[in-house]
Amino acid sequence: MTSRDISYDAVMSRKNEIMKSSMQLDYDEFIQSPIAFDYERMMTATGYSMDDIIRIQQETKVGNTPLYELKNLTNAVRRLSPKGKGARIFVKDEAANASGSFKARRASISAFDAQKKGYKGMIAATSGNYGAAVASQAAQRGLKCIIVQELYDSRGVGQPEIIEKARACEAYGAEVIKLTVGPELFYMLLRTLEETGFFNASLYTPFGIRGVESLGYEIAQQSRQLLGKDPDAVIVTHAGGGNVTGTARGLIAANANSTKVIACSVDLTGLHMASDRDFNRKSFTTGHTGFGIPFATWPDRVDVPRNAARSVRYMDEYHLVTQGEVFYITELLTKIEGLERGPAGNISLTAAVSLAREMDDDHVIVVQETEYTGAGKHHNSQLSFARENGIEVRRGDPADDCPGKTIIIPQHLAQVQSKRQDIDHLRRAYLSNAAHRYPVSQWSKADIAFLAQDIKKAPEWVQNNLPI
Amino acid sequence: MAIISKGTWVEIEQIVLNPDQRAPSLPEETQKVPYVLRVSGFLIEDGQLGQDVKIKTIIGRQLSGTLRVVNPSYSHSFGKTIPELLTIGTDWEDK
Repeated sequence: MTSRDISYDAVMSRKNEIMKSSMQLDYDEFIQSPIAFDYERMMTATGYSMDDIIRIQQETKVGNTPLYELKNLTNAVRRLSPKGKGARIFVKDEAANASGSFKARRASISAFDAQKKGYKGMIAATSGNYGAAVASQAAQRGLKCIIVQELYDSRGVGQPEIIEKARACEAYGAEVIKLTVGPELFYMLLRTLEETGFFNASLYTPFGIRGVESLGYEIAQQSRQLLGKDPDAVIVTHAGGGNVTGTARGLIAANANSTKVIACSVDLTGLHMASDRDFNRKSFTTGHTGFGIPFATWPDRVDVPRNAARSVRYMDEYHLVTQGEVFYITELLTKIEGLERGPAGNISLTAAVSLAREMDDDHVIVVQETEYTGAGKHHNSQLSFARENGIEVRRGDPADDCPGKTIIIPQHLAQVQSKRQDIDHLRRAYLSNAAHRYPVSQWSKADIAFLAQDIKKAPEWVQNNLPI
Repeated sequence: MAIISKGTWVEIEQIVLNPDQRAPSLPEETQKVPYVLRVSGFLIEDGQLGQDVKIKTIIGRQLSGTLRVVNPSYSHSFGKTIPELLTIGTDWEDK
C-alpha cells in the first residue's frame, strides 16, 4: 500500500508516471506535437507480428472462431428486397472465444506482454465484456487480476447486464472493485495501479488493438476459403473504436483492400453517460453513441497518453440503430437461426439486415462478432429490467423510439432501418476538438498530414475544412 | 448483534470520495452523492455488520471498509417474460 497523497487531484497529477511504470511503454517516443504522433511506429513498437499474435492467441483459447452463413435471415431479408437485392449475411461467432466475446482477442496480447515483462498481475477499468476477457486471460497466464467496474447507481441498483459482467470477472478469479456512477473510475484505476504495481491492461493500448487485428485477418482468410473472394462489407459495432480499428487493420494486413468497413452503434442520444439517474435507463452498456460519438470525434480521451483505437481513420460508413431494433433481431436470430447470443453483439447484425436489402444478392456482408448470453445479459432480462424501471416497452414503429423513455420493438423486419450518419460531420467535429487542444494557427504541415490520415481524408480536405 | 466469524466471505463498502471531493463538471445528480466502492473478500478478524473491518480479497489483497453483506451473492436472472418477444420469428407473425 502506498502512503502517498490519494486525493483526487494528487493521484490525477501523477497520471503520467503511473502510466509509464504500469506498461513500460514510453509514449514520448511517438509524440510529435500536442495533436500528432507516429501512429504506425507506435503500433509496430509492440514487437508482435500477425503470426505472433495468432500463435499467442491460440495458446489461450482465442481466435479461429467459426464464420457462419445466416441463410434463413438472408432469405427473410430477400423477401423484403427489390429483385436482385439482398446480400448474403455471414456472422463471425466470436462468442466461441474463451470468456465469450471478441474482447478475449483484445486482452490476450496484454496478458502475454504482462507475463513476459514480469508483472504479477493486470488491471483494467471496464464495465464491458473486456473485464471477463482480461480475467480469463490473466487466469491462464498465472497472473492476478483486478477489474475496476462502474456497477451501481447511488441507490446500489445495477443494470442486470453489468451485474452479470461483474459475476463473470469473479468467476474467472478476479477481484472486482465495484463502483457507483462517475468518471472517477479513471482515478480509481490509477490508484489501484499505483498500489499494486500491476500491468495496465487498458482497452486502448497498441497491445489491445493489435490483438483485434487477427479478427479482420481471419475474416478475409475464411471468406476466401468459403466463397473464393473477400467480403464486400464487414460491419462492426462501434463504441471506443478498438473493434473498428483492429478489424480494419486486420483486413488491410490480409490485403482485403476493397472490403468496406461499416461501423454501427445503438442510438442513445439524450442520455448522459456520467448521470447517476440515466445510468439505469439504458439497456446497452456499450456499443452505443455515448461512447461512439465522443471517441470518433476525439480518440485521445482515454486512460493512456495516445489512443491506439482510431475509428474514423478506418470507417467507410457509420450507422445507428435503436435498442428495440437490436432486441428484435436478437430474438429473430434465436428463433430462425438457432443461435442464442447477447444483444450487444447483435448491434452490427441489426445494421447488416438493413444494409443487405440495398446490396446485390451476390454480395457478401460479414457481421464480425457475437457475444455470449445468459442471465442478466439476455434481451428478456434487459427488457424486464427496463419495464420495472418505468421504461415503456412495446411493439411498434422504431421511429418512435426515445432512449431512456421508450423501447419500441419493431412489428416487422421491414421496420428495421439503420440510419446512415454523415461521417464528414464527425470529421469536422474531430478537427474542432483538435483545434480546442492545439490552436489551428500552430498546426504544422506534419500536423495537418496526421489529422488528414486520422480522418481518412486528403490534407487538402483538412485545409478546406479548418475549424473557425 | 451477531458476530461474523473470521474467514467468512463478505462484502465491504468504502466511501472513496465525498461529494465535495469528486471530479469537476459532473451532472448535478451525480455530484451530490458520494463515490462509493464495494468489494468482496474473506473477513480477517471477527466482526459485525456496520463495523469497520479488514478483508483479504480473492487475489490476496488486504482492504478495509464497512462490513455490509455476509455471503454476497448474485441473483440476476432472465427477468419476467416479455410476451412481446415471444411471437417474433414464428408463424404467429409474418416473417
